[in-house]
Amino acid sequence: MIELFKNPNYDFIGKRKWAYYVSIAFTLIGLTSLVAMGGLRYDIDFTGGTLVQVRFEQAPSVAQIRSSLSTIHLGESVIQRFGDEREFIIRLPLAAASSEEVQKRVQSALSAGGLGKFEIRRLEFVGPQVGRDLQLQAVYLVLVGLVWITIYIALRFDLRGGVAAVIAVVHDVLVCLGALSITNREFSLPVLAALLTIIGYSVNDTIVAYDRLRENRGKMVPKGRTFADQMNDAVNQTLSRTILTSLTTFFSAAVLLFFGGKTLEDFAFVLFVGVITGTYSTTYVAAAIVVDWTRYVEGRLRRSKKAVAKA
Amino acid sequence: MPRNLWSRVTLVAVMVVLSGWYLYPPKRTINLGLDLQGGTHLVLGVEADKYVASQTDRAAEDLKATLERKGVAVKRIAREGDATVVVELASPQSWNDALTAAAELQNFERRDENQGAGRFKLVMSERVVSRLRDDAVRQGLETIRNRVDQFGVAEPTITRQGSDRILIQLPGIHDVARAKALIGKTALLEFKLLDERVSVEEALKGNLPDTDELLYQRRVDKETKTERKTPYVVQKRALLTGAELTRAEVQADPNSPGNWQVSIEFTATGTRIFGEVTEQNVGKHLAIVLDGSVYSAPRINERIPGGRAVITGQFTVDEARDLAIVLRAGALPAPVTILEERTVGPSLGADSIRQGLIAISASAAVVFVFMLFYYRLSGLIADVALGLNLLLLFACMAAIGATLTLPGLAGIALTVGMAVDTNILIFERIREELRLGKTPRASIEAGFRRALRTIIDTHLTVMGTAVILLSFGTSSVKGFGASLFIGLAASLFTAYFFTRLLFDVVYMGRRKVDAISI
Repeated sequence: MIELFKNPNYDFIGKRKWAYYVSIAFTLIGLTSLVAMGGLRYDIDFTGGTLVQVRFEQAPSVAQIRSSLSTIHLGESVIQRFGDEREFIIRLPLAAASSEEVQKRVQSALSAGGLGKFEIRRLEFVGPQVGRDLQLQAVYLVLVGLVWITIYIALRFDLRGGVAAVIAVVHDVLVCLGALSITNREFSLPVLAALLTIIGYSVNDTIVAYDRLRENRGKMVPKGRTFADQMNDAVNQTLSRTILTSLTTFFSAAVLLFFGGKTLEDFAFVLFVGVITGTYSTTYVAAAIVVDWTRYVEGRLRRSKKAVAKA
Repeated sequence: MPRNLWSRVTLVAVMVVLSGWYLYPPKRTINLGLDLQGGTHLVLGVEADKYVASQTDRAAEDLKATLERKGVAVKRIAREGDATVVVELASPQSWNDALTAAAELQNFERRDENQGAGRFKLVMSERVVSRLRDDAVRQGLETIRNRVDQFGVAEPTITRQGSDRILIQLPGIHDVARAKALIGKTALLEFKLLDERVSVEEALKGNLPDTDELLYQRRVDKETKTERKTPYVVQKRALLTGAELTRAEVQADPNSPGNWQVSIEFTATGTRIFGEVTEQNVGKHLAIVLDGSVYSAPRINERIPGGRAVITGQFTVDEARDLAIVLRAGALPAPVTILEERTVGPSLGADSIRQGLIAISASAAVVFVFMLFYYRLSGLIADVALGLNLLLLFACMAAIGATLTLPGLAGIALTVGMAVDTNILIFERIREELRLGKTPRASIEAGFRRALRTIIDTHLTVMGTAVILLSFGTSSVKGFGASLFIGLAASLFTAYFFTRLLFDVVYMGRRKVDAISI
């Protein structure tokens, strides 16, 4: 039998003060980047606009494409290489012209630019109403997801656990958004889907630890074990499972990131970051908060009892 | 032997056979999203307000005609906003007659009455407005479906989205511009008389009577690609519309070689009206107007009894064919605008499928090898369960007609990672029980039992988020939610029930179990 850990007994919970600093630091780094970059860079899914994916027969430079597009006056275009060197994505802001008109103009500008033969492989046009709707729906989706998790955990465990799990999830989402911002990636629909998956994944992990804690507390608790000790036991008992599952999921995400192609890259990137932070936040955000919250509540109870005894 | 072993084996066997039946042949049974097979996704917004306005216009005209018949002199009858008609009488004396006439318009309510000034408003009731808006979207959807069917697209999806949007998915089409023109054209065909009392020069200066409008004929020079616009002064009132049309066919244009025209034929009513109109207006010009553009304005030489007419406009054969299609399918009740368009070329779709499959195979391979290496025989059992999971997942998608999209493929790759989590949970639990000194059989028993609650909790939370994704309107996110949901549901069955069955088959049948390969 291969074992990663034999009866692990690490003091995870005892180090939680340090972990709070780490969590706050990472969240702040993410937020700082978001503020410095002026918020997330939204994909045309959310802002509206036109995206054209073009594959050329001979690789042109970004400057060549830009100069040939400059003649059509469609506003500030963003031109990016996409995957291999012959493939490019051109993003155009919302213009007064209709989608057909934009398409026609791009096509004729590229033909006139002397860039050789090319094929338009993808064209997306998102109108302003649709973009606004999607923005609203994205916020709504994440909120509904969080509410669902709080309710589920509050019913199955307790409210403290539910709130702590949601704080952990919010932490994960902030870290992922920060990572997106630092690596200068765009917030698109697939990224939104990845974020929701991470929400599910992070909670999944947290539930395994809670479940173990509840099971242990159902049995006889040895004398002298504080709540913090019991939480630490639960984390240790589920440690091999946590590490193994994180590794397999992490590998899946890594495979998507490296072999999934350019279209899935941002999606896989969020999963990649999310699996790491989701695993971390189970112990050091969710469990840690539950422990400190419980200590606070128990401390107040004890003090009020003492006060009653004195009187 | 443990209880129910045979019935459990039978259940799994039935599921495998069913899966095979649903999946065969995979090319036909799995519904590929547009991002994988190429095609166009369009969201159209129906300008339903314009339909309400056109119905209000019609009501105003009816009222005007009724009042004229009753001899009530009218200063002004006009539409205000989308759903209000303002009536101003020439004198307040005919107030009562006017009210009786107005009462005939059942969908309107009278407001802001001012008998002294002889003025009142008719407002369409909220209920009727919302019904008309709904009609506009439903009729528009039917008309578009008709056009797409006649255009010949294999398996198009045309559905309503929200209150005033239409979602159209056209898989595998190449000439997107042509399809869009076909779908988006209002195709309102009208026959209107030219007003030859007003000169075009005066009209261009803005001196136009209330009853007239200035419309243009657009001709594109095929060599220089420049557009030439010819103005016409046309009476606003349409004598006949495309609604009275029974047939529209493509013909070669005899007067202009190489060009095509569309010949149309009217219904019985249309034929009668057309006959009367041509009889009463011999010598005048009749403009054939499509979506506000004049196509031709021939002189009426004599009464035309047969109910036939020809639309010319230097059409290519494709243009003529598409025009015939939209005329046959009828006009859209209200104009539509393209709110969203996503077109993926077939070559990109093929690339995406390839990359998605590579990603799934690679992530499955990593997980397979890892489980086998770490858990030995138990790992092999988990791998078999994972295989069954993928089989059930694809079969389910085929059975319920779910669409497999590129993010959906990613969802499957992720399911693979998460499905083994269940097995890891169980196996780690069994190992713990073994460490406590329990017998192998008791450990298996306890491991499965103790892990169950955690497994259900983890599955339900993630399936909950998958349902939230499913409720999202956009197909790419939906596809991801669908494969995640189905994958997790299948994993509950395979990673728990089926793994347990394999354990029972391997270990419970023997008289004595010394060790578990885990």
